[in-house]
Amino acid sequence: MAALGSLPQGRVTPAAAIRAQELTKTFPHKLAVDHVTFSVSEGSVFGLLGRNGAGKSSTIKMLTTLSPISSGSAAVGGYDVASQPVEVRRSIGYLPQLPSADIDLTAYENLLISAKLYCIPRSERNDRIRDALSLMGLEKSRDLLARSYSGGMLRRLEIAQAMLHHPRVLFLDEPTVGLDPLARHSVWTRIGELRTQLGTTILLTTHYMDEATELCDHVAFLHDGKIAGIGTPSELCAALRPGATLDDVFIELTRTRT
Amino acid sequence: MTAVLNFMTQMFAIAEAEVRKLRHDPVDIFTRIVQPALWLLIFGQVFARLRGIPTGGVSYRDFLAPGILAQSVLFIAIFYGISTIWERDLGILAIYLVSPAPRSALVLGKSLAAGVRGLAQALMVYVLALLLGIHLVLGIVSLAGVVVMIVLSAAIFACFSMIIACLVKTRERFMGISQVLTMPLFFASSAIYPVELMPDWLRHLANLNPLTYQVDALRTLMLPGFRSTTGLLRDFLVQVGVFIVLVLLAGRFYQTILE
Repeated sequence: MAALGSLPQGRVTPAAAIRAQELTKTFPHKLAVDHVTFSVSEGSVFGLLGRNGAGKSSTIKMLTTLSPISSGSAAVGGYDVASQPVEVRRSIGYLPQLPSADIDLTAYENLLISAKLYCIPRSERNDRIRDALSLMGLEKSRDLLARSYSGGMLRRLEIAQAMLHHPRVLFLDEPTVGLDPLARHSVWTRIGELRTQLGTTILLTTHYMDEATELCDHVAFLHDGKIAGIGTPSELCAALRPGATLDDVFIELTRTRT
Repeated sequence: MTAVLNFMTQMFAIAEAEVRKLRHDPVDIFTRIVQPALWLLIFGQVFARLRGIPTGGVSYRDFLAPGILAQSVLFIAIFYGISTIWERDLGILAIYLVSPAPRSALVLGKSLAAGVRGLAQALMVYVLALLLGIHLVLGIVSLAGVVVMIVLSAAIFACFSMIIACLVKTRERFMGISQVLTMPLFFASSAIYPVELMPDWLRHLANLNPLTYQVDALRTLMLPGFRSTTGLLRDFLVQVGVFIVLVLLAGRFYQTILE
């Protein structure tokens, strides 16, 4: 286990798309994120893993400027989260854990509103929307109310919405929660394409270890708001014992020790 | 210059989302006419029989129509707080807030949407009033003034409601508190009776109530021969002032609803 803790934590490199330094979130009765330090290099996919309430969403909310940082610091896309929130917002896309598409609008309309919020020039709007819809495989249903979409389609629409402005960094909070296996694989494929086509840096959270193994270059396990282990999935598995899976690592690192 | 244009684009985007939703499902616009219709048809008919209400030289039914219009705009705008909580409970608000749009552009967009709904309401109240034989001024200047006053007042109460939502944060608490606030706002205004009839303490409250100025402006603009009690210019200045303060406050508070 010692090997897990001694892996390069918080190495600050100039190419880091995300850098969290002693990042902390305190609520009145809870320490949600406890001095977390990590960095994510440009163009890579980073997984934040851990049990419910481990502090994953709280970390993402701080990094996306939605929730104030209690102490420590963070930089996203080269901008300081606390002092340059608008620049950070311009550089990121965010897929909340909760459903975020407006189901009373069509897919096209959802994307149109996003395009305007990000001030994508009028001449580019329709091309961007068409590309995003086709990347997510939704061209045919673009004029249907999102209310009529299946869970998988809705999630893909939300990803399209999050990447429409070609953010350098994309935050995906449980991108495949509640989806059937086929829909999950379809979302995985799209996330992979995003990365290869646009070079987007992705930070995602998930409860599915197969998803983390499939998508992530590096993962960090959060437990009670602290980083319990960080590294590549294969490093972490090898460090536990030969033949271990990421599920084994999860259980080992996030079991509450008494 | 670009900053201003971007701000406008973002503000109108939020309003556009609401208008598009109404276009997909306009039922809400039509059900909203029921309440003002009841006020005008029942309350108005009965109270028109009382001759003791000093209505500034117009009949009580005429006097009532702009008041009921103002009231129905208030009831529509006050809904924006709960819809903010709603959008927070889904991820829609997070999507707005993670965008680079200034928080004030988001709040103004919502206010503008409230204004659009208010105008739809005004259109129906006008039709109803004309069917009832209520005398209304239909000149361009008068109508333009009504449009501005409705949008301004809808924005005021939408911002007010969003600020409350950001403070109380939950749907249940908001429901309770909005009941406690809307009725007093309505009664402590000149919507259904003139300020002169009120006891002193209530009159002082009414003079602090934006709804009073909205009603006075609407009556002055809509009713031929109605003499403004507070002065049309003052009505507009008060509303603009209140609007600016509330937009700034709402823009400040908007993001805190996530916490």
